[in-house]
Amino acid sequence: MSAPSHDFDALVARPSPWLDGSGPKSDIVVSTRVRLARNLRHVPFTHRARDEQLQGVLASVTNALKRAPSFEDGMLLRMTEMSTVDRQVLVERHLVSHELGDGARPRGIFIAPEERLSLMINEEDHLRLQTMASGFQPAEAWSSADRADDELGTSLDFAYSEEIGYLTSCPTNTGTGLRASVLIHLPALVLLQEIQKVLKSIMQVGLNVRGLYGEHSDVMGNLFQVSNQTTLGQSERDSIEGLERVTRQVIETEERARERLIRDARVQTEDKVWRAYGMLRYCRSISSQEVINLCSAVRLGVSLGLPGLGPLHVVNELLVLTQPAHLQRAHGGELTLAERNVYRAQLVRERLEAADRQTGRGASA
Amino acid sequence: MLCQICGKNPATVHFTEIHDNKMSEIHVCDRCAEEKGLQTPQAKHKFDIADLIAGMVDSVTSTEEERVGHVQCPRCGLLYSAFKETGRLGCAECYQAFQFQLRPLLRRIHGDTRHKGKSPARDGEGVSRSRQMQRLYDELQRAVEREEFERAAEIRDEIKQIEIEDRAVQTETEKPR
Repeated sequence: MSAPSHDFDALVARPSPWLDGSGPKSDIVVSTRVRLARNLRHVPFTHRARDEQLQGVLASVTNALKRAPSFEDGMLLRMTEMSTVDRQVLVERHLVSHELGDGARPRGIFIAPEERLSLMINEEDHLRLQTMASGFQPAEAWSSADRADDELGTSLDFAYSEEIGYLTSCPTNTGTGLRASVLIHLPALVLLQEIQKVLKSIMQVGLNVRGLYGEHSDVMGNLFQVSNQTTLGQSERDSIEGLERVTRQVIETEERARERLIRDARVQTEDKVWRAYGMLRYCRSISSQEVINLCSAVRLGVSLGLPGLGPLHVVNELLVLTQPAHLQRAHGGELTLAERNVYRAQLVRERLEAADRQTGRGASA
Repeated sequence: MLCQICGKNPATVHFTEIHDNKMSEIHVCDRCAEEKGLQTPQAKHKFDIADLIAGMVDSVTSTEEERVGHVQCPRCGLLYSAFKETGRLGCAECYQAFQFQLRPLLRRIHGDTRHKGKSPARDGEGVSRSRQMQRLYDELQRAVEREEFERAAEIRDEIKQIEIEDRAVQTETEKPR
């Protein structure tokens, strides 16, 4: 049951729907994700299982998916049958982890239409169910993950103990197996140098926070991922509500910082935003890092309501579409680093120009 | 004393924790403490699992440590010492085999050892039936792999029988009243 390649082509050609800038608070929260870890009771965990056993897991799970309405009309991709670039495309779209992306073992991913729901098979755990939503929607993301999990649980025998819950390969996931996270954009707090204080207070209430791109001391694009840390001793609802509560506070702090930026440093802020826009709009060679950082500034401008910068989804989408594998897929062949930079610049210009035409502003602004 | 994470620099940051009346200590260098976000006690969660387990070594004597290291999962054969190195368990049964070692570890990671979340969707005849089907399919596949074709044929017949029964039940319920 392998998906026809045109399905995959269609997937690559369109930006991930969770980047479309819809959903509550999408000016600050890019997306919400919920992940559930599950294992089959009678098979050793992935890293201790033989390839034949993992083939068995793939077969059992595929069978169960046929009976799960949440996964209707989805496609199954087998990692062993995919090229390195195509596997990397899935990593860049946040559908697949780096571990699953290596392609060496019988692993797969099932992707439901619109990429809102997906299931990694034979990653660190046999099943990693994931739901993605645009903007700040933890309750919604949880309820669709919960439903899909119930559907699979009717036909699969999950490793579970009454006392300690779902049994996972790593004890950090034991219990609910839940990891709920928000991808949050905090440029004003970074500009006002208040970010460290905020990150520290997030960690103090038992949540985890890290930069999306780059190492923690050198966060690119002012994008942070906040997630729950513990999975035992609290219910899924508790974890989701905890994340929701803390995220709300972070959103308010960022909103106040943005107000101060505009009040106290309007010219400097607008200047930063428009310079970033100008670089993106007219560059001829640009690195992935630079795109991420410039997009962050433009994203801030869009959120502040500066006219003429185009809609939010355009900058969101650039973050993924300009990554190396997406670029090479769009180009239709391998590119050297230098060629990528040139092709990336062209793609960025074209997309911003198209957005310009749609808003009827013209290229002369 | 050297840092328990990098093993190179002298340990200058010391944490002591008491759980269930047992004391355990972590000794790390400034750099690792900074890197692992260890400035606040709550930030201990940032610890890599393998580091966490390594941090617990001090709380047991070396002979006890050796004995514990030889505890083995009867199902998948994983040694506790191997788990300590990778931080990954081998199968569901490892949780049972290593329960005495895992309990303090789980408490340390999560601050609790009791599951409060959902349980697998189950109960009801339909559910147990599809579970049964799943098991049969798995068995069938294993039989084919082992080239035990007689057994495979038996399982196949069993699956067919259940499907016939299922259909009968379905038409029964669909009949107009």
